[in-house]
Amino acid sequence: MIATLLFLAVVFSAILCLPVLVIRGRVEKISGGTGEKTGRWENFKANLRPQIKELKFSLKRLRKSPLSIAGITIITFFAIIAVLAPVLAPPADPNRPYNIPRDGFSQTPKPPNENHPFGTTEGQFDIYYGVIWGTRTAFTVGLMVVGASILVGIVLGALSGYFGGIIDEIIMRVTDVFFAVPALILAMAFVTAMGPGLDSVMKALILVWWPVYARLIRGEVLQAKQETYVEAARAMGASNFRIITRHVLPNTIFSVLVMASLDLGAVVLTAAGLSFIGLGAPLGYADWGQMISFSRNWIVGPPGQPFLYWYTVLIPGLFIFFFVLGWSLLGDAVRDILDPKLRRK
Amino acid sequence: MELRAYIVRRLLLLIPVLVGVILIIFALLQFFSPVQRAALYVRSPQQFRNLDQIIEKYHLNEPVYVQFFYWISEVLKGNLGWSKSVNMPVSDALLRFLPATLELLIFTVPLTIFIGIKLGITSAIHRDKPVDHVTRGLAIAGYSLPAFWLGLMLLMIFYGFFTGLFPPGRLGLDAEMVVSSASFQNYTYIHTIDGILNLRLDVVLDALRHLVLPVTTLTVINLAFIMRIMRSSMLETLNKDYIMMARAKGLDEKTVINKHARRNALIPAVTVSGYLVASLMAGAVLTETVFNYKGLGWWSVNAAVQLDVPAVLGFVLFIGTVIVITNLIVDLLYAKIDPRIRLG
Repeated sequence: MIATLLFLAVVFSAILCLPVLVIRGRVEKISGGTGEKTGRWENFKANLRPQIKELKFSLKRLRKSPLSIAGITIITFFAIIAVLAPVLAPPADPNRPYNIPRDGFSQTPKPPNENHPFGTTEGQFDIYYGVIWGTRTAFTVGLMVVGASILVGIVLGALSGYFGGIIDEIIMRVTDVFFAVPALILAMAFVTAMGPGLDSVMKALILVWWPVYARLIRGEVLQAKQETYVEAARAMGASNFRIITRHVLPNTIFSVLVMASLDLGAVVLTAAGLSFIGLGAPLGYADWGQMISFSRNWIVGPPGQPFLYWYTVLIPGLFIFFFVLGWSLLGDAVRDILDPKLRRK
Repeated sequence: MELRAYIVRRLLLLIPVLVGVILIIFALLQFFSPVQRAALYVRSPQQFRNLDQIIEKYHLNEPVYVQFFYWISEVLKGNLGWSKSVNMPVSDALLRFLPATLELLIFTVPLTIFIGIKLGITSAIHRDKPVDHVTRGLAIAGYSLPAFWLGLMLLMIFYGFFTGLFPPGRLGLDAEMVVSSASFQNYTYIHTIDGILNLRLDVVLDALRHLVLPVTTLTVINLAFIMRIMRSSMLETLNKDYIMMARAKGLDEKTVINKHARRNALIPAVTVSGYLVASLMAGAVLTETVFNYKGLGWWSVNAAVQLDVPAVLGFVLFIGTVIVITNLIVDLLYAKIDPRIRLG
């Protein structure tokens, strides 16, 4: 639990630090890193000006795009739910907060009432508790899978793009293989082999997701490699490692961010699909996909009351839908804004 | 590069990918004990009684590379093992469930491509206007919908509220009787086509009734994919000099868009249709499960839940092969459509 939160904190702060890194990388490449001491601050400011201008321009476009505002609002809302989960739905057993409390074992779902604001599913799992803590599960799965995939992708993509030749050929042929089978289907096979469970789902998703980032970063590195500043760095005797980490990678960060924001939704969607099938979280674990699978037998009510059990389907579904929608809206808007081909037309 | 050389190179590139898929599947097998793996070679229920003999015969207790050799020779002979969830060999099950999935895709693919292209162009022409925001918003919303949830909601409305209007499953009881009767010739096992060939309109209508909801679900979810590519490709084309030229010489906007811009903007949409097939297959897994539509996806999910490993692995191998070949065909078509590609 603590490890998870720590990881989330690291990922969040890393995302926040990225723009700074980008600017630093660019400043260094312009001022050459080891220039004279005098006038360095002036140099820094002068060099920074175009970057700030671009950033301001991007933010302005972002503010003007209603879709991205909607996306950011939705994500913020879910982040607040995830952070405040222990307040919104206090767990009965603080050591196992992800276990949804049960109110009996009756099969028939019960409609919303005082004790259960959103009603209960079949087996009497509290829907309100499940969706609130399910938000945390969704953030955990999304950030873990995307974060780990980015790490693997950066290492392999950078190696592949920078060194080229046989290394590139091998890594790219491996990614080809992963692209040949849809993520959901391959992940399903991995989970079947590793045994069902949320851990298996995350491992399987990381295994199938990293090639996306390896490809993306390779492409960016190939492009950056041709720039004059990399040539300059090499002429000054910088090591391969320094060139990659200081000059090449910081310039690939923006496209990785766009990809990551689009992927977070997709990862959560795929994980929910696996849980829905019955390969994900164990019974009673707060997980949106599982909650929808509970509703499968209750979509049609008794004659005359077709929507009697609406809450079992609608509520967990809306949570997944809006979570994914938020990330998709943001990613789509950011991609449009950062696309150099369309930027100022 | 000549077209023929290009084809040869693409065919050669196919080999490592297929070998890779096979290696992944073999690696997954190593998670299991020899007894579980022996199930892969079983051809009939009777053989389950002497699993030790099978372990001996296929050298399942020996080093990995020896096992691989024996395993791959069986796979190449078409023996993918026994699917316990449906009680038949995996290769038979693949053939049996394929027509249902094909039937689903026959309706979904053209619908998705057609609507996606239409929406993409509309959105691009009205960039940053309300029309653009609404179309894009709707497409993104469709992409963000969980396939299984959309399916359940549709069933709730069109099966629950409008009682039995569009039922789940593949055929109703009456039509099922007709199809399995001796007088009905099953040419393809795709019910809509067979129904037309047998001149049984009732079967066709019943099959269509069962197809409406799954096809809607799959289309809605995959629409955004084509639309997004069409929109950005159209935007890029509209920025080109020859469009400015066309406008400058006084052509009306309709001609500019239909005659000059659209054709060139279509090319990227063609290239991604290979990925569309992949994305549809993944969607079909969930959609078929929700609608109890007995195709490949339904079978594989059923198998995965019952830990019927040979079935899941056989399915992955099959899907991988299909997608690799689709991509090959798309690439070749692309080279044919766009002469610039051949040189690249």
